[in-house]
Amino acid sequence: MSNNIYIQGLGIISAIGNNVQECLDALQNRADGIAEMRYMQSAHKHELPVAEVKKSNRQLAEMAGMPASLTRTALLSAIAAKEALADTAIENIADWKVGFISANTVGGMDKTEDFYKEFLQDTSKGKLRDIANHECGSATEIVAEQLGATDYITTISTACSSSANSIFYGARLIRNGILDIAIAGGADALTKFTLNGFNTLMILDKEPCKPFDENRKGLNLGEGAAYVVLVSERVMKTLSKQPYCKLSAYCNANDAYHQTASSPDGTGSYLAMKGALERSGLRLADIDYINLHGTGTQNNDSAEGTAIKRLFDPHYPKLSSTKAYTGHTLGASGGVEAVFASLAIKHGLIYPNLRFETQIADQPFAPETQLIRQDVKNVLSNSFGFGGNCSSLIFSKV
Amino acid sequence: MYIQALGNISPQTDFNQLSQTVEYTSNHLKAADADITEFVNPNIARRMGRIIKMGVAAAMACMKEAGLEKPDAITMGTAYGCLEDTGVFLKKLVEQNETMLTPTNFIQSTHNTVSGQIALLLKTHCYNNTFVHRGFSFESALQDAIMLMNENDAEHVLVGAADEITDASHKILNRFDLYKNNVANSEELFSQHTKGTIAGEGAVFFLMNKKASENDYAILIDVTMFYKPIGSNAIIDRINKFLSLNGLSINDVDVIINGKNGDVQNDKVYSQLEENVFSDKTSISYKQWCGEFPTSSAYALWLAANIAKHQQLPSDKAVKTIKHILIYNHYQNIHHTLQLVTAC
Repeated sequence: MSNNIYIQGLGIISAIGNNVQECLDALQNRADGIAEMRYMQSAHKHELPVAEVKKSNRQLAEMAGMPASLTRTALLSAIAAKEALADTAIENIADWKVGFISANTVGGMDKTEDFYKEFLQDTSKGKLRDIANHECGSATEIVAEQLGATDYITTISTACSSSANSIFYGARLIRNGILDIAIAGGADALTKFTLNGFNTLMILDKEPCKPFDENRKGLNLGEGAAYVVLVSERVMKTLSKQPYCKLSAYCNANDAYHQTASSPDGTGSYLAMKGALERSGLRLADIDYINLHGTGTQNNDSAEGTAIKRLFDPHYPKLSSTKAYTGHTLGASGGVEAVFASLAIKHGLIYPNLRFETQIADQPFAPETQLIRQDVKNVLSNSFGFGGNCSSLIFSKV
Repeated sequence: MYIQALGNISPQTDFNQLSQTVEYTSNHLKAADADITEFVNPNIARRMGRIIKMGVAAAMACMKEAGLEKPDAITMGTAYGCLEDTGVFLKKLVEQNETMLTPTNFIQSTHNTVSGQIALLLKTHCYNNTFVHRGFSFESALQDAIMLMNENDAEHVLVGAADEITDASHKILNRFDLYKNNVANSEELFSQHTKGTIAGEGAVFFLMNKKASENDYAILIDVTMFYKPIGSNAIIDRINKFLSLNGLSINDVDVIINGKNGDVQNDKVYSQLEENVFSDKTSISYKQWCGEFPTSSAYALWLAANIAKHQQLPSDKAVKTIKHILIYNHYQNIHHTLQLVTAC
């Protein structure tokens, strides 16, 4: 039996769709999800566009079959994770050791913000129900119980690379014999906390973002949840459905340059991509598509581009950032882009980098601007974040 | 994996002092102020939040003791993350209605700040991961380290945990009725038989080595976590399975370190085991020294490592033969974890 880890199920909810099919349609129809705020309440409503999931908490609760009093993060997580597990066609998960490995950056902050308003006036006030799920691990447990995936539960938080790390941690738990099946990914809801935090860093674009464009002005924050179901070869062989692809390699490296900024030469990004490539045994030319971290900030796209140049020059794979569609979904972004990578392989798609106009002056490559239909064998997916945390995953055709 | 070096910032001073412990007369045990001037430029240190200082101090002390410049990986756990900076940013956000905010607190609020700062200080580009899963946070970090060694991806892994209490978080957790209201003396935690525990905090780091070195404290053989077991028998079953998977039985265990926290309901889980699988075992508690918090089991591992190395129980000068130590902790009867430590 090989050590391969297969991706057997996908689930997603994001600004461009409430499930895998809707997101796939939007990606092919150039339909982005960035707009003026409608569900979140913020003083920056008219000034900062965001990529919201187009549902109220009440509607999400109905979709999830769970109470609307839960955090938005937990509701998003439940919807995507349930879709992923249902997609696998695994008949009885009780036959296997099944774990839920999730990720997020601010836990139940959306409700904590409500709590804090009253708590600051009077520390005996504020509904405890609103703070009870503040911890990052809380949403994970609520969803793991819903899924019946409680043999192993954990949560990772490494800023914007959180769910890339949760996905490959899940794969490693399978390789180490601790699990047979890992539902892995991440979730994050938009919150005033993150919106204002990124705003103080002056890296939010007041218009829809333009990743990897010379005239990019910053990122748009998004929200969502996305999970992949990873299975061992033993599990895969019992299933009637073909896997989407396999997770063939991964690498986690640290930029060790600054708490929030990337190093100009993109050391962490370079090491993550290079490490993943070496582990995969693939040649540079085998990579058909890079799904960029591509946030649209000056700093990220410049550092990531420099790292790509250092690794791939002079032969560049096709590349694009899908954050022009979904916004930057932070702790969910590695999961969102893992789902997109799996779909790229299954359907033979390379997604356009929306709103790209002008190539970055010192970068000898440009992202794809049109949808391309071609055979896609290997996708490199990048997730880089605060704290210098950089992770790259490689998905390969089976 | 071999526990080669330790660093610990806790409400106590150190193991050798445990016979003269710092006693507390409130339900809030505060970790000693961490001095990081040896490792960090004072200008940088001044801006660091308290949990970052604690984590950095414990991690750097550990690296110094190991005499190692860089590990091959850093894994850590924190249940609450950087509460102080999170709280300050949130307070200003609410009070100033999302205006005139500055980035410093936000930058330091992300859960991976401590491990990111350690990587920055050690100038290491190695694997770096942060687990944020309540009472499983530290054990997940340990599991990650064990797997990295199994996969031949690391020889030396810096593993740790850090959590802080702030005035706000203490007030909030107090409203969930977690703490005792009248604490005369933290050493009397277990004699009251009342509801509630005492809150604690701290940071502990370990330099784990795949190979033996000359001055190892102990060997961490294995770790496991189980979620919401139903009843005592399910727990006993997990304990027996865990030991047998590692070629041992309960008869081989010399010392149990239990996670009793003084809450009468909470501690019933342990006393039921003492009437059964743990009967006739030397069993010691540790939360009277560090308080209760989701990553306190890192303190328990630090204690086990010291007991194994010195072949001595805390507050007991007698030298004993101690081979195997089993740490069993549960957090709110939700997160149950086992760590198996063997003397070198």
